[in-house]
Amino acid sequence: MNDTSQNMMMNETVAQLEAQMAFKSLDFYYGKFHALKNVNLEIYKRHVTAFIGPSGCGKSTLLRVMNRMYDLYPEQRATGELLLDGENMLDRNVDVTVLRAKVGMVFQKPTPFPMSIYENIAFGVRLHEKMSKSLMDERVEWALRKAALWDEAKDKLGQSGMSLSGGQQQRLCIARGIAVKPEVLLLDEPTSALDPISTMRIEELIGELKEEFTIAIVTHNMQQAARISDYTAYMYLGEMIEFGVTDQIFIKPTMKATEDYITGRFG
Amino acid sequence: MSATQESSANTAAGAGKFGDWLFFNLTRLFAALTLILLAGIIVSLVVGSWESIQKFGLSFIWRQDWNPPMEEFGALIPIYGTLVTSLIALVIAVPVSFGIALFLTELSPVWLRRPLGTAIELLAAVPSIVYGMWGLMVFAPIFAEYVQPLLAGTLGRVPLLGALFAGPGLGIGLLAAGIILAIMIIPFIASVMRDVFDVTPAMLKESAYGIGSTTWEVVWNVVLPYTKVGVIGGIMLGLGRALGETMAVTFIIGNTNFLSTISLYAPGNSITSVLANEFGEATPGIYTGALIELGLILFLITLAVLVSSKLLLLRLAKHEGTKT
Amino acid sequence: MELLIRRKFANKVALTLSMLAMGFGLFWLAWILLTTFELGIAGISLDLFTKMTPPPGAGEPGGLLNAIVGSAIMVSLATALGTPIGILAGVYLAEYGRHTWLGNSTRFINDILLSAPSIVIGLFIYAVYVAKVGNFSGISGVFALALIVIPVVVATTENMLKLVPDTLREAAFALGAPKSTVILKVTLKASTTGVITGILLAVARIAGETAPLLFTALSNQFWSLNLNEPMANLPVTIFKFAMSPFKEWQQIAWAGVFLITLGVLGLNIVARILFRQKHKN
Repeated sequence: MNDTSQNMMMNETVAQLEAQMAFKSLDFYYGKFHALKNVNLEIYKRHVTAFIGPSGCGKSTLLRVMNRMYDLYPEQRATGELLLDGENMLDRNVDVTVLRAKVGMVFQKPTPFPMSIYENIAFGVRLHEKMSKSLMDERVEWALRKAALWDEAKDKLGQSGMSLSGGQQQRLCIARGIAVKPEVLLLDEPTSALDPISTMRIEELIGELKEEFTIAIVTHNMQQAARISDYTAYMYLGEMIEFGVTDQIFIKPTMKATEDYITGRFG
Repeated sequence: MSATQESSANTAAGAGKFGDWLFFNLTRLFAALTLILLAGIIVSLVVGSWESIQKFGLSFIWRQDWNPPMEEFGALIPIYGTLVTSLIALVIAVPVSFGIALFLTELSPVWLRRPLGTAIELLAAVPSIVYGMWGLMVFAPIFAEYVQPLLAGTLGRVPLLGALFAGPGLGIGLLAAGIILAIMIIPFIASVMRDVFDVTPAMLKESAYGIGSTTWEVVWNVVLPYTKVGVIGGIMLGLGRALGETMAVTFIIGNTNFLSTISLYAPGNSITSVLANEFGEATPGIYTGALIELGLILFLITLAVLVSSKLLLLRLAKHEGTKT
Repeated sequence: MELLIRRKFANKVALTLSMLAMGFGLFWLAWILLTTFELGIAGISLDLFTKMTPPPGAGEPGGLLNAIVGSAIMVSLATALGTPIGILAGVYLAEYGRHTWLGNSTRFINDILLSAPSIVIGLFIYAVYVAKVGNFSGISGVFALALIVIPVVVATTENMLKLVPDTLREAAFALGAPKSTVILKVTLKASTTGVITGILLAVARIAGETAPLLFTALSNQFWSLNLNEPMANLPVTIFKFAMSPFKEWQQIAWAGVFLITLGVLGLNIVARILFRQKHKN
């Protein structure tokens, strides 16, 4: 393959890419601690973007900016812009409940709500849409199918969400997140508390979900990032060091720091 | 040389063994003592009230008349007073305590949380006699002059409900006693609720916020169900306090053994207030026996509340695994 | 969109109500404390600490000396009696009886005693002691108060011992120490502050208890240190004086209530500070 054809291919890909979210000179503070420094980044629609970097580099913080979870804690604040479909979500007039309906999140550990499996999913839907029981049944089934949990859960929808195994609980949380029909799904180390088989299922799931959703995932597992993501961002000490196509980052990182981290010389 | 050392080591070990045995049995003895104490309380109360139990039998519970000179005794009015005042207290205290706990865990600025929480906890320690005395001397006159006419003019006009607020407002009475009890148990229930709300994992709350819930939806739909065991425990603790409270009630309930209306404005008596007022002057024999039987009934009521709340919590815990 | 507006509105209403609840709670409690402090401080004088409780309608100034001393004696004796029993029973629950039949039953019964109405405790002592001896007495008041101290101390001792990490116990056993030594020298020692906190809270609890004294120690208008006679004490004196029609008696009652409140709050604050310091390290 010669240079021109490679360039052409890349141009073609870029042309298809549409930014769902974008950070414009974003800074973030925990009290006085400057946790994110001038981050500029685009997150592409219907692709998986992985954030990697050593602990404390700010990758989880960045995720928590994307649905303004930090709003819950008065001492945390962000400056700069976070664009979602071109609108600045950090604007004070933006309603966080509406933002969070568009940007769902799944956490490190499964967090089923203390209610039945059915209600776990219906709860979030009911917040944002009014619908009949039969439509709700359909929506619950749709979400459970999408999360590859339907077969295991269809006979015990009335049982507590806590009665599921850890991996099932995490898929329930994913189902709960997508049932609201968000545009973006944030995954904060979603497999860090799971066994290898559950991890594999969730990774497969992510590959299917990106057909419909934009996905941003934080992971400490380099192989996972390489396996499932289209784009990778490497962060260090609150700065975005390198961002690019995943294969490129892992095969031929342009920055020495990224290479050191990926090859395990550091981190 | 080595022989003497060995033997001294042996005696030391022997002494250690004996000490162990002694200490173990000493602690076991006192643990058993607690058991015996409960049995002792029930037995002694039954024995003390035997005369009355024999004479009136079960009818003691639903007989209305309380007439010491005629030696006629029935517990209905004190039992009614105890239950009604405790119920009023719960109706007021539970929602207020929930509001306080919600405020302290979700709304209050961080720097205010600790001082306000501590203030609430300290108030739970204020002796109940303070509430009673304040209720009689400060609260009752103001209650009679301003609040009772207001309630009679509003809630009193509602059909059915109105009967509860009928009649002259004397300040003292069942309603006033219930309100004082409510003020007294709010700190108990509120601090338990605050504590259990506080241990709800942040990640669980964040996931509820994460799908776009408002603060209220998070607390009502996620935090409250998650903490229901603790919340019920706190409410039961408050109910137990209210049922068994003596001084806060005695000062203000009105201390009369006649009750002819269902109005909460009417003065009445609770089990504890009857005991506090009459026991000292009671003649030995059936009068004292009837009073001790009242105490026995009170103990059994609080016992029933505690045991049923424990059973409820057990069932909830069991249920948790399968269904919600 | 309409749904969103309704949800926002419900949220606003709920949060406003929550704020009002906080205000409602603080309002009463502030009012009660202010009245107590205002009327109490007005009643404080040297007489209060040097003179006996006055006879009815005498018009002469009186104090609370006998009641204060009587309360102090009964509270200290009850603590001295109840604390060792409570600690030993608590040690059994935490160190020996965690999963035994006796341990579980005792724990359950202790919960019952902890929430038993204090007036019933008074009746119990009346039935088993006062009625047999034939007269009210200071010592019966001590028994009643001790019965209230025991469950509080049992519960705190057990909880504090449970906080001691098992690794510490294992480390002591690994040195070959017998179990009683491990408990006395290591685990109990590690939880001293916690146990003391519990004792302070128990003292605070009984200092204000009125109901259990009504049928045991009763009250005494005169100076008496004889434990076999009725003994003056603050709570019952306050009850009697507050219910009386005499203005000067009511004033003394407010002063008494103020002293008790101050003492109880003081004990609670000391216990809190102790506990906090310990758990900072």
